This record gives sequence, structure tokens and C-alpha cells, in this order.
Amino acid sequence: MYSYDAFDEAFVRDRVRQFRAQVERRIDGSLTEEEFRPLRLMNGLYLQLHAYMLRVAIPYGTLSPAQMRQLAMIAERWDRGYGHFTTRQNIQFNWPRLRDVPDILDALADVGMHAIQTSGNCVRNVTADHFAGAAADEIADPRPVAELIRQWSTDHPEFQFLPRKFKIAVSGSPRDRAVTRAHDIGLRMVRGADGEPAWEVSVGGGLGRTPMLGQVIRPALPEADLLPYLEAILGVYNLRGRRDNKYKARIKITVFEGGLEAFRNAVEERFAQLRGEWGGADRAMLERIRAMFAPPAWKERDDGDYLAFRAASPAFRSWTDTNLHPHRAPGHVIVTVSLKAPGATPGDATAAQMRTLADLAERHGYGELRVSHEQNIILPHVHRADLPAVWRALREAGLATANAGLASDIIACPGMDYCALATARSIPIAQGIARRLVESGLERETGPLGIRISGCINACGHHHVGAIGILGLDRGGVETYQITLGGDPTETAAIGEKTGPGFAADEVVDAVERLVRGYLTVRRDAQESFLHCVRRLGLEPFRGFLYGAEAADAA
Amino acid sequence: MSRRFVPKVVSANDLLEGHAVWLTEDDRWSPDMGEAELLEDEAHAQIRLLFARAQPHIVGADLVDAAPSPTGPVPLHFREAFRTHGPTNYHHGKRAEGLTPRGRIPGAQDGV
Repeated sequence: MYSYDAFDEAFVRDRVRQFRAQVERRIDGSLTEEEFRPLRLMNGLYLQLHAYMLRVAIPYGTLSPAQMRQLAMIAERWDRGYGHFTTRQNIQFNWPRLRDVPDILDALADVGMHAIQTSGNCVRNVTADHFAGAAADEIADPRPVAELIRQWSTDHPEFQFLPRKFKIAVSGSPRDRAVTRAHDIGLRMVRGADGEPAWEVSVGGGLGRTPMLGQVIRPALPEADLLPYLEAILGVYNLRGRRDNKYKARIKITVFEGGLEAFRNAVEERFAQLRGEWGGADRAMLERIRAMFAPPAWKERDDGDYLAFRAASPAFRSWTDTNLHPHRAPGHVIVTVSLKAPGATPGDATAAQMRTLADLAERHGYGELRVSHEQNIILPHVHRADLPAVWRALREAGLATANAGLASDIIACPGMDYCALATARSIPIAQGIARRLVESGLERETGPLGIRISGCINACGHHHVGAIGILGLDRGGVETYQITLGGDPTETAAIGEKTGPGFAADEVVDAVERLVRGYLTVRRDAQESFLHCVRRLGLEPFRGFLYGAEAADAA
Repeated sequence: MSRRFVPKVVSANDLLEGHAVWLTEDDRWSPDMGEAELLEDEAHAQIRLLFARAQPHIVGADLVDAAPSPTGPVPLHFREAFRTHGPTNYHHGKRAEGLTPRGRIPGAQDGV
């Protein structure tokens, strides 16, 4: 894992010291709210419906046990004993007091963490495949590059006042688990013509009110050119991006309005100028970073009582069926710890649960934890022999829900329960759907199904790329939920299509149940997932399940 | 003819705590919307809003629609009702502080 050097440490401490002085000046009246607001946002501090909210960056989703324990300490000492893991691999604290925030930031700096650039019109926290450095299907660990981008983009003088926020995601695997196509820049590792790893660069993706998938601007960029190329993209966007209209300011609109070709030509021209100026310092830095991400020395041992326990315990077996993923090292697996017990708030973990996870990572996981954009926690390296012990500890902590990738593993933003931008609630809808599909037994029968819920058009809940997407809107002072179908966040990315009129809050759980029951009647066989079934049949049969056959005929 | 003015209250957040607060007739900021001054005259509402925005330790003061009730103003929109209620997923916020939720939150036990 990356650990801070003297420069990082001084930079983060200096920022905390500055922010502490800014808070004092706000409280004594030297700064107006208008002046203070951009300063607090630069440090991740929002004002929400009921309280402040502090968004802490978890770069590329990687955490050490010490960092996780510090998050638990912060949750208990300055918040209400829990934290909310977000759809961008961050954590949010929902109840901090203004005076305490500089102390919280100092406590974060103690473990090499910060809240810098988690808000504002700058390059945000870089996200990555949550199985990075562990997955069997990966070409190479993308996190050294993510860390390089973090260092390059942090306080980058040219890019502190971009037209709008800017999100970059990286994946080292052909299996895209980082939703790269829905980012301003998506980086997917590929093999170049010389067989060396290279980067497929896509640009102009994004969800929100105008969802678009990124387009490939370079199919195989040599790694040595990566930062100059990113700097060229950002530079062109910074000049061409629209500042006249907030809703047209993202790079997706810049690329869309002028066309990819014109944008690419401008980027290539800028890149040609920049390339020679870099001189290789970035490559030397990347090598230094890469050394810190060297994989642990995998322990070779037998599987212990794993198979016997699996045969003896149906609950353990069911969990191993859904929550494990193939690892690159013999005998090891990747464990997804679900934060989606039916009825729970998606992404929330108590301080006690965070400590359990830190302990397990230390005892059985080579000291590594990950946060997924799917709002779960990952133990990336666990030996099969340790799985029974891991599972027992998780079960004791209420963390052994066997639903990774299933219908109750719902992504949901905080919605109107917390968020000042929300137009409707997300959390109770997620809770209601999860309970219904689990209690009715439909979840197991259905198999993989991505349900994603956003409480407003900004789409933090990634509803556009849910096989079932749900968008909460305010229609005449009433919470109304619009359903989209066929969204896909992976390498076969697709934006879901609207089905028809929205549903009231007390109708939407029934509506989703009708969709799932309908799917079970029309799928080819149990191997055909909900998403594949929608792709094969189109929306019409599903509109029939939602609105009745007559409505579908009339549509 | 101009549309009839919908009565308002001045709603804001406390700078230090971040909590929702409302402006009372005697220039206090109350955590209970029931104590807020109901502004039934548009010109007076604008004057109260200007006053509110000039207050130290108050953030984001704005006018929101409200209706009279025997126990004080009640919000007309569910967003403001949430601010009197707190989140629905945990017993945190206003309800946990013993305040009576006001206005209507769909599915929740109705407030005043």
C-alpha cells in the first residue's frame, strides 16, 4: 500500500492548519458564508438538510486496518457511531459539528487520509476496481497509476477551477468493475501491440441529467504517455468546457457538442506540445509508487476444514456461493463483505463493524481492505482455510449477508433522508425492495440482478446503469419513482431505458416485485440473467409486467 | 392579478451545529418550527429574510411555504417536513431531540 512521504504529510497537515484558521475566521465573522463555502467544499465539508456532512476520500478504495480503525474512532468521537460508504469509494460522516472538523481532519492526517478534492470543480477522488491487485482476471494492479493521478491532480494549479467536477476511474482488468465508461475519463488496461500493458482511454462519460457513455479517444496509450495525455485532455476541457451553463459544463457535453474527432484533434495537438516537457519524472515516480504496491508474500497452505465446513453449514455454503471471487494466488479468494443486510441502510457501517473488519484484515487478510463503489467492503486477500473463521466473525458482527451481486445488494444514495439536493428518498425504497425480495424467496431464484436507486437527477445511486434503475423525483410535492431497465455498468456498458410513468412511494416495491416475477416467467433458463433477458426481449414484456398488458399494448 | 401570497417561514441552518433552525417573531432562532413566525405578508417576509441573512452564525436562510396551525406553522412541502423530522432510517435529528415533527412525511407517523 502507498504510505505518505514527507511531502504528502506536510501538504496534508498544512491544509488542515489552513482550514482550522478558516473555520475560526468564519466563526468570528471575518469570513462570510459566501467566502467560506468554497473553502469548506475544497475540504469535503457540505451542509446538508439536518447537519454538516464530511466526505473523506478513500483513494482508489484502499484502506489499511489502522485507517479503518481511525474511521471508527471518528464515527464514535465526533459523529453518531457510524459512517456511510459511498458510490465513489468515499466515506461520509453525517453529523459533524463545524468546530470539530479541523480536529477530524487532523485525526485523518494521522493515518494518511484527507478530505481534499472530494467536492468542487476539480479532479475528484480517483476510483478503481475494488478487486484491484487481487483479481485473477486482471492484467496488472491499476492502483499505482491511480495513486500517480492522485498526486498529479491534487492541488494541480491549472485544474483547481475547472468548468465542473471531474471524475476519473481506472481498471486493470478487461472485466470492468469500476464503471469506467460512466466517468469523465475512464482508463482500462489493455495489452498494446508490443504485448506491454497500455491504457484504453475513454472520455466524456457521465450519468446525471444527461447520461452518456464515454467514447474511446485512444485505444492503447503507452503507459509512459499517460500523465501528459491526461493533462492534454484536462487542458482542452478547461478551455473549451462551457462555463455559461452549469448543466452543460461537464466534459461529456464538450465532447458531444463538438464531436469526438474535433476534441481528439485538439487533445493530440496539446499532447504533442506537452509530451516533451515532462522529461520522465512521472515515470520515475510511478516506479517508486509501484514498489509500494508489491503484492504480499502469499502463504501456501492447504484448505484446512474449508470444504468440510462448507458441507456442514448451509449458511456458510450460501455465503461462499455469492460473496467470493477468484483470486490470482493459489488457495486465496476475494471476499465481499455485504453492507446490505435486508432492511439496513446500503453502505452504512457502525464503528464496531469497522473494527471487526480491521481486525479480520489484519488477522486473515494481509492487512488490506477495500471499499467498493457498490457500497460494500472487500477483504481482497483471504486464504480459503481462513474462510470459516472470517465468516463466523462477520456473522457475529451482522456482516455475513450472502447477497453480493444479488437483488438485495442495492446501490442507493442517501436521498432526501440527508441530502440537500435530493428530490425524494432512496433509503426506504432500497430497504423495502430488499426485504420483499428476500422474504418472498425471489432473490435466490432470480440470481444476479443490479438494482440501483438515486434520489435525484444527479444520479449518485448510478440508476442509469442498473439492470433495474430507480430515480426518485418530486412530482407536485409527492415522491415519485421512475423505473429504467437494461442499464449495465460493466465492459458491455449501457444506459437503461425509461419504462413509462412513475410510481408512488408505496407502489414501487410492488412494481419491482412484478418485474422480477415477470422475468422468472419469460427467461430462457436459470442461466439467463435479468439483464440478458431484457436485452433479448426488449422492454415491451417488462412494461406489461409493470403496467399491465393493456398499457403495454397501448404504448 | 398577482397570485395570492403563500405564507412563509424563514428557514436556515445553525452555523456551528449545522442543525435546521427557524426565525421567531422575537428574533430568536428556534430548532422547533412550531415557534417560527408565520409571515403572511410578502413585503414583511422579504424584510424578515433580509434580517435573517444578515445574522451571524446562520447559514442558508430562505423562505419556505408554511400553513398556520393551532401549534404554530406547518411546512407545506415534504422537504421541509424532513428538516423538522430528521432522517427516517435512524432515530437521529429532531425526533431524537424530543421535538415533534411537523408536516407530512409519506409513510412516517404524521407530525402536527
